[in-house]
Amino acid sequence: MHFKRSLLSTALLTTALMGASFVAQAAVVPEGVILAAKQELVRGNGTEVASLDPHKTEGVPESHVIRDLLEGLVNQDANGKTIPGMAESWETTDNKTFIFHLRKDAKWSNGDPVTAHDFVYSFQRAVDPSTASPYSWYYEMTTMVNASEIIAGKKDKSTLGVKALDDFTFEVKLQNALPYFVMMMGHTTVKPVHKATVEKFGDKWTKPENFVGNGAFVVSKWVVNERIELTPNKHYWDNKNTVLTKVTFLPIENQVAEMNRFLSGELHMTNELPNEHFRRLKKKYPESVAIKGNLCTYYYSFNTKKPPFDDVRVRKAVSYAIDRNIIANAILGQGQKPAYFLTPEIVANFSPELPAYGKLSQKERNAQAKQLLEEAGYNQANPLKFTLLYNTSENHKKLAVAIGSMWKKNLGVEVVLENQEWKTYLDTKKQGDFEAARAGWCGDYNEASTFTSLMEGKNTTGGIHYQSAAYDKLIKDAIETTDEAKRQQLYYAQEALLAEDMPLAPIYQYVKARLLSPAVGGYAANNAEDKLYSKDMYIIAQ
Amino acid sequence: MITKKENVDALEKFSENLEIEGRSLWQDAAIRFKRNKAAMVSLVILALIILSVIFAPMLSQYAFDDTDWYAMHVAPSSEHLFGTDSLGRDLFVRTLIGGRISLMVGVLGAFVAVVIGTVYGATSGFIGGRTDRIMMRILEILYSIPFMFLVIVLVTFFGRNIYLIFVAIGAIAWLDMARIVRGQTLSLRNKEFIEAAHVSGVSQWNIIRRHIIPNVLGIVAVYSTLLVPSMILTESFLSFLGLGVQEPMTSWGALLQEGAQTMELAIWQLIFPATFMVLTLFCFNYIGDGLRDALDPKDR
Amino acid sequence: MFKFIFKRILEAIPTMLILITVSFFLMRFAPGNPFSSERTLPPQVMENINAKYGLDKPVFVQYTTYLGNVLQGDLGPSFKYKDFTVNELVADALPVSAKIGVVAFVFSLIFGVSVGTLAALRQNSWLDYAVMSTAMLGIVMPSFVLAPVLIYIFSIGLGWFPAGGWMDGSWHYMVLPVLAMAMMYVATFARITRGSMIEVLNSNFIRTARAKGLSYRYIVLKHALKPAMLPVVSYMGPAFVGIITGSVVIETIFGLPGIGKLFVNAAFNRDYSLVMGVTILIGFLFILFNAIVDILLAYVDPKIRY
Repeated sequence: MHFKRSLLSTALLTTALMGASFVAQAAVVPEGVILAAKQELVRGNGTEVASLDPHKTEGVPESHVIRDLLEGLVNQDANGKTIPGMAESWETTDNKTFIFHLRKDAKWSNGDPVTAHDFVYSFQRAVDPSTASPYSWYYEMTTMVNASEIIAGKKDKSTLGVKALDDFTFEVKLQNALPYFVMMMGHTTVKPVHKATVEKFGDKWTKPENFVGNGAFVVSKWVVNERIELTPNKHYWDNKNTVLTKVTFLPIENQVAEMNRFLSGELHMTNELPNEHFRRLKKKYPESVAIKGNLCTYYYSFNTKKPPFDDVRVRKAVSYAIDRNIIANAILGQGQKPAYFLTPEIVANFSPELPAYGKLSQKERNAQAKQLLEEAGYNQANPLKFTLLYNTSENHKKLAVAIGSMWKKNLGVEVVLENQEWKTYLDTKKQGDFEAARAGWCGDYNEASTFTSLMEGKNTTGGIHYQSAAYDKLIKDAIETTDEAKRQQLYYAQEALLAEDMPLAPIYQYVKARLLSPAVGGYAANNAEDKLYSKDMYIIAQ
Repeated sequence: MITKKENVDALEKFSENLEIEGRSLWQDAAIRFKRNKAAMVSLVILALIILSVIFAPMLSQYAFDDTDWYAMHVAPSSEHLFGTDSLGRDLFVRTLIGGRISLMVGVLGAFVAVVIGTVYGATSGFIGGRTDRIMMRILEILYSIPFMFLVIVLVTFFGRNIYLIFVAIGAIAWLDMARIVRGQTLSLRNKEFIEAAHVSGVSQWNIIRRHIIPNVLGIVAVYSTLLVPSMILTESFLSFLGLGVQEPMTSWGALLQEGAQTMELAIWQLIFPATFMVLTLFCFNYIGDGLRDALDPKDR
Repeated sequence: MFKFIFKRILEAIPTMLILITVSFFLMRFAPGNPFSSERTLPPQVMENINAKYGLDKPVFVQYTTYLGNVLQGDLGPSFKYKDFTVNELVADALPVSAKIGVVAFVFSLIFGVSVGTLAALRQNSWLDYAVMSTAMLGIVMPSFVLAPVLIYIFSIGLGWFPAGGWMDGSWHYMVLPVLAMAMMYVATFARITRGSMIEVLNSNFIRTARAKGLSYRYIVLKHALKPAMLPVVSYMGPAFVGIITGSVVIETIFGLPGIGKLFVNAAFNRDYSLVMGVTILIGFLFILFNAIVDILLAYVDPKIRY
């Protein structure tokens, strides 16, 4: 269960890119490929979606479905590059005022044209306190004019910095210059909804019988906890290039169950694959195992406000004693890499030098760890004891047990494992009622700051249990600098400080592994944020 | 839970016919029980399992939480009798340690149920009248509450804690016990020796404690034997939902749950714990059946 | 009889009240919040959400409001599935569980009683032993072990039945779940039937009937079966409870959109209103079914009169 990903787009977009026009992407079937007669795709989707309303959701499974149902101003291509969606082109001169030129042939699934007014309505709806969107903070993050005040109920939603200059020209005004604003417009929460439908049906507008969308598909059946079926939207502007005639999303939480259904031929594509079975699957069905890099880091965070982890020596010792190679290669072994940074190395423009402890052998690390622990006053007579908190999941459990036994063997540490259900775990962490806790973070966009800002003192997910003035200063400097190279050096300095203070122990860098039928074409194998558009996919005849 | 109703009925019938005959009843029962081959064999096997669960882990060179990165998913061999699990932990030790937990949950759960059930049932049956009616009404209300669902809520919300699990499971199971004991007590209440105690001024509480409870112990014994396996199964149900004991500690339920996930690649992770659990449950059921038959005077 | 039914309904009222109260306060005092997420929400956003679901009011006001709504048959909006009300979710999920449960129940009743009778008639034969030890195995084997084994053999190995899904209840999606669920109850019904059948066959009135020279088949079907059903009928209540509880396991493994799955997801997501809705529904079903069993008992057992 990691829903921490908020699905922003990749790569900082520079102003140079803006204003350009692109050829939009759709299902491109290479020549020589024979399409199957039955173009119906079945995708595993993890958990049941909380909602299909883009202004009421926050998770990954919802985004997967909504991506097919609604189209925002921009989309992403197979490599994670931002490409036009509803907006054919856009322009800005100062990175504060953005003008989007919408395509004139775009239609809702009931035939109405998609206009700039739809975007004005949708953006206002998302920040409206009465909508109570869990992702409304995203609009604050863009620094859109008056967004925070509206969310706080201090101003009316009509004062939001958005305007329809004419039916097909949409203008957004920001408080601060934000060079990557356009790519932020690929997110689920900034997708448009159809005003008349929403106003007519209220909370029920997403039901198959009421649904009106502007994406490549419309929802045709929704059985909670079993399946969601989509059929092509005949009014979609690029419908002629949609190959699939039906897409089914199945919410299957248990990875083994998902694998079984894939193996018995009921699924084309799983959401994940069970770790235990990886080697067997790789050997028996090599053609069906698909792996790609993923913008995520797995780590254990320490509560530096409470003993025993208020002592940096203890934090270091505990971190050093984790044999990351065993974790990444022996226990996981799907291509995960040992992590010594909070930021995964797949992130663009990020390749700092390993911290000192990362260069040592595990044996040397263990020796240092032992020494540090002894300096801190822990030994056989007085062993270090603490509780490790993790949220319930087979994989977290396995790693916790493995790492716990490393600590026990190498340092004589007595660790108690405690797992809690996701919601309880979040509460416990928020209240600082833990000693060490499992955590993970996935990038909101493809740049180091999405990771390093996590440990900023005011960040309630990470930094609040760290709060270092020196670190916060480095963060501030990085935001304020205009020099690319200097910013990069500041990111490296942040990572170096983290290795010095060790408020968290990075463990490994994720990969996205799934079972994928060889019959599926058009799968975005290089999209590190796993943004998959069903309209780009097709079924090959076998 | 398994054949609960069946047992309840048999026991109720038994209690109707029960004559207080002093010692000979128990002697008869012992003789009859010894003649029951299935029950006797079960008793021996169960004793062996209990002994090995208690002592065998001490003899092993591995601890239940010893990981070995170079021996993950290893098939049974002379090194690891039952093979290893996904982290290279010895399954032989883990199966036995898991057995400790499962048996403990079973016995303690049954104990909680028996204590609450006996006291409640005996009180209700003995005092009788209005109190009895109210207490039985409360019991009926409790019968219609989906306890298993409340336990799921309880354990997900408040975190898993082995004591909480004992109490929760035990608290579900006492209802039947209370009913049976009440029936038994009702028939005892009018017996001469109880009236004699009344007349000589013994307090109600002491009558319950000294006379009623010892006299219903026979049924209680049978019923608890049958309660243990159903407790063990309930624990495994919670383990399936991920609400069982905390790792690295384990139980048969937790081992089975893990084993069922890796059937295709490491069948031993399922087979060994399953064999132990199934065997234990078999034994408890046969012993319970044997005890019931032995104590049922109709079958003489 | 009507007086009896009326009495049962009256009794159900305090039970339901207790159930609602207990589950309501259990929810409210539990750690974890239905709206907590990894990225902590700004307080203002949190307030907006709480206001929308009425969670900003004092707990007691929330309780009375909820109670009032429940009395009008309104279980409120789901906190997690924001496009649905609890009524809608329950209405969609109940038929699925009911279909699986009823088929499993009827199957185990018919099959279990026939097998048990057969074993009783051939008491102590190899058939008897075979049936009874298989039954014992069925009783002690948890369904979460049986179900994956069935999937492994029949879905992945033989490819006869799908490994999960519901597809609006087409029969081949039902075979494995029903089998996995029914196994334990087939076994239990068989054991109970065998036990009580042997007892009845040894009773005096059956001996008399045999002495009269009636055919054995006639005696079993005409005289023995009805009294032998008494413990079977009493077991139907617990069996029903067990099948409802077991639906949690079966529906999770087979990915069925039923009540059990709905409940587990709701509990994990802290979907207060949904957890309470399902708990209330199940409590109601328990009461209803216990009443039905009592009526059936009165029919089978001549000693019981209302």
